[in-house]
Amino acid sequence: MDKENVKRLISDMGAHDCVECGKCTTVCPVTRFNPEFAPRLVVVKALAGEDMDLSKDSDIWVCNTCEMCNNMCPYEVDYSGFIRGMRGEARREGHEPDCTQGGLLHAMMRIMANSDLPQKRLDWIADGLKVAEKGDVFLFVGCLPQMDAIFEDRNLNLVETARSAVRIMNHIGIEPVVSPKEKCCGHDLNWAGDEKNLIKLMNHNVQVIKDSGAKTVVFTCPECLRTFDLDYQDFLGDFEFEMVHISEFIARAIEEGKLKFPENISISTTFHDSCRLGRHLGLYDEPRRVLAEIPSVELVELEKNREAATCCGVSGFMSCNSISKVMQMEKMQDAKRTGADVLVTPCPKCRIHLDCSTRDETPVDKGLVDIPIMDFTVLVDLALRGELQIPDVQDKEAEKEAEKTE
Amino acid sequence: MTEAMAPAKEEGFQPSILAFCCNWCSYAGADLAGVSRLQYPVNVKVLRVMCSGRVDPYFVMRALELGADGVLITGCEIGDCHYISGNVKAKERFERLSKLLDQIGIGSERIRLEWISASDGIKFAELMEEFTEHITNLGPSPLKGSATGGV
Ligand code: SF4
Ligand code: SF4
Ligand code: FES
Repeated sequence: MDKENVKRLISDMGAHDCVECGKCTTVCPVTRFNPEFAPRLVVVKALAGEDMDLSKDSDIWVCNTCEMCNNMCPYEVDYSGFIRGMRGEARREGHEPDCTQGGLLHAMMRIMANSDLPQKRLDWIADGLKVAEKGDVFLFVGCLPQMDAIFEDRNLNLVETARSAVRIMNHIGIEPVVSPKEKCCGHDLNWAGDEKNLIKLMNHNVQVIKDSGAKTVVFTCPECLRTFDLDYQDFLGDFEFEMVHISEFIARAIEEGKLKFPENISISTTFHDSCRLGRHLGLYDEPRRVLAEIPSVELVELEKNREAATCCGVSGFMSCNSISKVMQMEKMQDAKRTGADVLVTPCPKCRIHLDCSTRDETPVDKGLVDIPIMDFTVLVDLALRGELQIPDVQDKEAEKEAEKTE
Repeated sequence: MTEAMAPAKEEGFQPSILAFCCNWCSYAGADLAGVSRLQYPVNVKVLRVMCSGRVDPYFVMRALELGADGVLITGCEIGDCHYISGNVKAKERFERLSKLLDQIGIGSERIRLEWISASDGIKFAELMEEFTEHITNLGPSPLKGSATGGV
């Protein structure tokens, strides 16, 4: 461990200001289920200049980087930033996190970072969708198509989120730029401490956007937005183009009177504040304003919402473990208890993880967690077309049985 | 096919190929090929696994990342897997991985899944021969030399 680096990290993240009040530990979801882990202690240890053995220190990897702690800290210690930095240190020493899917996603991202292969990124574009090569608005699709290939057996149809985004934009007369040259934003590599490859992806993506001439970049994925808005700009200074989440984009269109919703069937929804969109980026009101604007849609808040929302249990496709599962079960039970018809999530990754948690056997009674999960962008698109429906909870057991008897 | 990227065929190009072979069938097939003194190209490095179902798509991706020109996975015929359905899972994973490789531009033609039984030394040797030729024709992996520094 390079003590100088750690010192710099401590001062960059404001850890010197820590008064050891322990507020961070009281809200940390990981601590709740794993009392051996405490964010305060990690900071205190680093402050004391203790020589941490990063090869054995699992504390830096089990953190979900959900920023509950940052949010609670009276002295604004950037705990998650500190953890990210420490992960970089650990990586420099050759230590690796436990990645889900064995690390397939991270390998894919590294490959993108280090090569310029002709990708097939736009196969999802369906009839009737209008997109452009140059223009004012760029739609950053991110890794939705790749995730669909990796999780194909789960039938998540994640690219529908991209299609919906295009349809919404077309509705207000915008033909967004989509590019086959886009690469993964590097979010997961960044949180795995791989800054080197993040920077390669960053330089590439920023160039692609500059070349498109776009003034606004719209993201359906909060992770991509976070990475651009906070991490890329951290390295490169402020961009000339503006970056918004699709919920901000839609909220604005509504304000400007460009979007009007037709009659739909009545649906009651509950909203999952993903940690990247909420605590990382502070976007709580925009998605709610949009939902409130759809005549037949009602919003019932989760017990733990906005700043207090629990996360989906896995971040950066790392450390998916028993604690993640408990967190996910809590989230899904909270959602079911609201009595809403669907749980709406603004983040495709949260959708992947929460869907996973309710598949097959569940540690709690299935009836307590079987609420369908819907993507925010897709919901808005359906509502705009007057085709809103309550999706089925996939009857996964039945699906499996059917497969067996085939 | 990702025809756009097919690199010009290099003179004297010797591909490096990694083969994950199931212990119960194709690895024994490889053994049989050996004892029967069948010749097959030296380009193929055989890695024994206990079942084709053990081959995580990550292993294949990692091999490609590190510059392998082709990756082969071999297992028991469907119905013959010693762990009942390992090869069925291998097949599902292989299909998903193929899609992903096509999307990201490496091309699914660089990977192959085959079933070979323990008694089929000849098929093993022929497959190695044929796959090596196929990869030689494709040319070097577009990732060769792009050290990713992943680990
Ligand atoms: S970021 Fe979240 S998981 Fe990590 S220490 Fe803070 S509260 Fe706990
Ligand atoms: S909440 Fe802030 S000040 Fe309090 S212990 Fe945690 S890091 Fe230190
Ligand atoms: S044991 Fe050979 S494929 Fe499973």
